[in-house]
Amino acid sequence: MSIRFGVIVFPGSNCDHDAYHVTKHVFGQDARFIWHKESDLGDVDFVIIPGGFSYGDYLRSGAIARFSPIMKDVVRFANAGGAVLGICNGFQILCESGLLPGALMRNESLRFTCKDVLLRTENSSSLFTNDLALGEIIRVPIAHGEGNFFASEPVLDRLEGEGQVAFKYCDAAGAITAASNPNGASRGIAGILNEGGNVLGMMPHPERASEAILGRTDGAKIFSSIVKSLVEA
Amino acid sequence: MSKTSFAAPKVDLELARGHGLTEEEYGWIVDKLGRTPTFVELGIYSVMWSEHCSYKNSIVELKKLPREGKALLVGAGEENAGLVDIGDGISVAFKIESHNHPSAVEPYQGAATGVGGIQRDIFTMGARPICSLNSLRFGSLENPRVRYLFDGVVRGIGDYGNSFGVPTVGGEVYFDPSYEGNPLVNAMSVGIIEKGQKTASAIAEGVGNPVFIVGSATGRDGIHGATFASEEISEASEAKRPSVQVGDPFTEKLLLEATLEVINSGVVVGIQDMGAAGITCSSCEMSEKGNSGMILHIDKVPIRETGMSPYEIMLSESQERMLIVCHKGKEAALLAIFDKWDLHAAEIGHVTDDGRVKVMWHGEMVADVPAEHLALGGGAPVYIRDTQRPAYLDETGAFRTDSVDDLKAENGTDVLLKLLGSPNIASKRWVFEQYDTMVRTNTVIGPGPSDAAVVRLKDSKKGLAVKTDCNARYVYLNPRKGAQIAVAEAARNVVCAGGKPLAITNCLNFGNPYKPEQYWVFKEAVSGMGDACRVLDTPVTGGNVSFYNESPAGSVFPTPTIGMLGVVEDVEAHATTFDFKAEGDVLLLLQPSVIEKACIEGSEYLVLMHGLTAGDAPCFDLKSEKRVQDACLSIIQSGLINSAHDVSDGGLAVCLAEMSLASQNLGAEISLSSMGDSRFDTTLFGEAQSRIVLAVPSKHAETVQDIAAENGIAAIGIGKVAGTRFTIEVDGQSVISTSPSVMREVYEMAIPKLMSKKR
Repeated sequence: MSIRFGVIVFPGSNCDHDAYHVTKHVFGQDARFIWHKESDLGDVDFVIIPGGFSYGDYLRSGAIARFSPIMKDVVRFANAGGAVLGICNGFQILCESGLLPGALMRNESLRFTCKDVLLRTENSSSLFTNDLALGEIIRVPIAHGEGNFFASEPVLDRLEGEGQVAFKYCDAAGAITAASNPNGASRGIAGILNEGGNVLGMMPHPERASEAILGRTDGAKIFSSIVKSLVEA
Repeated sequence: MSKTSFAAPKVDLELARGHGLTEEEYGWIVDKLGRTPTFVELGIYSVMWSEHCSYKNSIVELKKLPREGKALLVGAGEENAGLVDIGDGISVAFKIESHNHPSAVEPYQGAATGVGGIQRDIFTMGARPICSLNSLRFGSLENPRVRYLFDGVVRGIGDYGNSFGVPTVGGEVYFDPSYEGNPLVNAMSVGIIEKGQKTASAIAEGVGNPVFIVGSATGRDGIHGATFASEEISEASEAKRPSVQVGDPFTEKLLLEATLEVINSGVVVGIQDMGAAGITCSSCEMSEKGNSGMILHIDKVPIRETGMSPYEIMLSESQERMLIVCHKGKEAALLAIFDKWDLHAAEIGHVTDDGRVKVMWHGEMVADVPAEHLALGGGAPVYIRDTQRPAYLDETGAFRTDSVDDLKAENGTDVLLKLLGSPNIASKRWVFEQYDTMVRTNTVIGPGPSDAAVVRLKDSKKGLAVKTDCNARYVYLNPRKGAQIAVAEAARNVVCAGGKPLAITNCLNFGNPYKPEQYWVFKEAVSGMGDACRVLDTPVTGGNVSFYNESPAGSVFPTPTIGMLGVVEDVEAHATTFDFKAEGDVLLLLQPSVIEKACIEGSEYLVLMHGLTAGDAPCFDLKSEKRVQDACLSIIQSGLINSAHDVSDGGLAVCLAEMSLASQNLGAEISLSSMGDSRFDTTLFGEAQSRIVLAVPSKHAETVQDIAAENGIAAIGIGKVAGTRFTIEVDGQSVISTSPSVMREVYEMAIPKLMSKKR
């Protein structure tokens, strides 16, 4: 049976088609777009909040999106244990709407940055990452101006202690260094899980790294993890 | 005075001159109207007859360009962009446009709105933009003002394109002191119309059909932008900053989606975006094209500032707006789509059949002009300007290579590294990492180790190979040959990436056309472009002319930027990059069987090492060029090679160095023969054209040479990919010995180092 992926479409989403394409055409699942003015997700198994600039993001990324009609239902869905993946702007919206702790500040360079980065897998047992090995290094691109993850020290300690950090930026040897951190994120954090493990927010774009023709395939392991988890569940 | 009345200044010749019109032109207006124009009419005439909108000083020359081809779906200038059929039911719309003057005074918004404007030209035709490119030129980065302009332009392009959600996949950045006061910002967009989707035309037809203005509300930004673009940059230009429009990429994204939806819904008769000259230009051009007319009640235009006069509304260049003629009775469907996207859509008038654009303001007519008299190709002025060959060409042309000493063998490595660190050659990573190069997951080859960018088309085996290019130094030294080379090199780049060149768009950046020397250069360059397009079978689909690129220090290099579109037949198999891939690959140099002479004329080497912009443009022969390109494409399509790279700025040594430094630390052993003159500099760094280096698995080397021979060109073995050292010998003497990592360091760090300077 196919997994029913729902891709949220804000007016300024621009990675919505990419999320749709990877789930529908690369992984052969069911996928549909869900307009931000809807108030009901419908019968979906999995929600993706894609990258982009939700409502222009002239204020703070995701600050307006959290008030959209559809986000109320996404919060309900997630709190009931539903699986939600927020990529880039999606991660920002998840933080703004309180489904994930912390905030994403402007990159330390104060510049938008689009390039491949290396990620070290910090949690290989979540429904999003079980096709990866602990410590496995994957190459996935980033494309953001506000990806500098920030949280208070106690929150960071808790995230690390509870296995809620999914990915950290690393170098080729797997070391977490200042040079391998593209945006100044606290402790090199690139993606985090909620306490229940059913919500993942990450700045890098796995949907851009899931096909050989695009020169990157490591991101596919995140989607294969999801498919495996939901089909077997 | 009631708040609806409008106090207009008295119109006379003096006011017309202040609007940039000549006495002669003002006379034509009075004759045609049979009376003194109103203030609004004067505004309308002044922008429509500006150089930017009327092409009055260029159209005669542009008409000599080859504009026919079996794949062309619309002719040059007929619509907002060129449209090419690439098979499989897919058409490609593409165009390049300048935003030079705005960027010179307000780099961030100038560049951002340049990107926005070209995107609208594409999606107003019903095409979804699939990728963007740009072509940028600045003075020396040693100058803090230039760094400010460069930084602002790159941020502007990035912020607009990244939010809009179209990947910026390629382009070029070039530095020369001639661009110091007048940078060039040329933006290109490529869009596709897929099978079953509708296209749209910029036409007003059907008496009584309603006219809508959609998108952003209208403000006072950009008034007289088109006129500003039609004069030289001067000390006073800073005061023109309010002529620069302000961009809103989020609204543009909404406008894109709503526009494509409304076009595909079938309710649209005609649609045109609002760029230069705003409502004035779109209403006049659509009326002229439909041989119809319009009545516009412009007090109904949604405005974002209070107290705007009809003059200001007609001339505003506020961004993210479109003018749509809708089928009568289908208004509700149109309004529902714009409501869904939270955009304004206001009915402001209807189509008539008297050939006139009539502008009403609270029931009072403030303008009544014949559309045909205003539009390009209609009654707008057309001039044939005087020409005179500029004297500087005698001076530059007198250069002889033997007047400069050859480099010494022991300095070869240093010179190579110096060239790799020259901003014109060095990595542009600092620029392209600020652009989203991958959004929409179609970028097969983005910026980086390839001569052109390649994007896939998700519903087809085919892909597109695209490139912007122009070596303006060559055009300066020999306008005709330089422009031929610009077209040829753009095509060669597309071929090296695995594409067949199909058609071009051009952005002609030149000086003041009223100066006979400048006009001679323009005319020669356009002729050269035509020569090359005919031989390479790449017709011109349209583009843009930008004159008056002069600052008090003089004119910029004549810069006919070429935007080349190519199709990659099998994108998975043919897309090609230039980095070395495998130890042991044989390096073959494809080149014409006869090269007239070795030369360093017009080269980056000559500028960097001897401070000379001198000589002729490099050796070049169009017929040989065509043969080299045909052979290379056939070799790539036969799956015989690992890498291909064209020899351009910095010559053969730089070409090979780039192939090595972009690889996973693969070096090379290279052995070259000098071309009859026993010089190192010409052999290593000369920029003779029509040359391509291929890295070929040894088992295929013979087949590649056979294909070259069949095409009547040479494929000379010059070495192999080997080890982790990069070495070159000339006539048996070692001249270069370094490593990919040393070269990479210099190549990658040059621009970041310059940009980190404080003062």
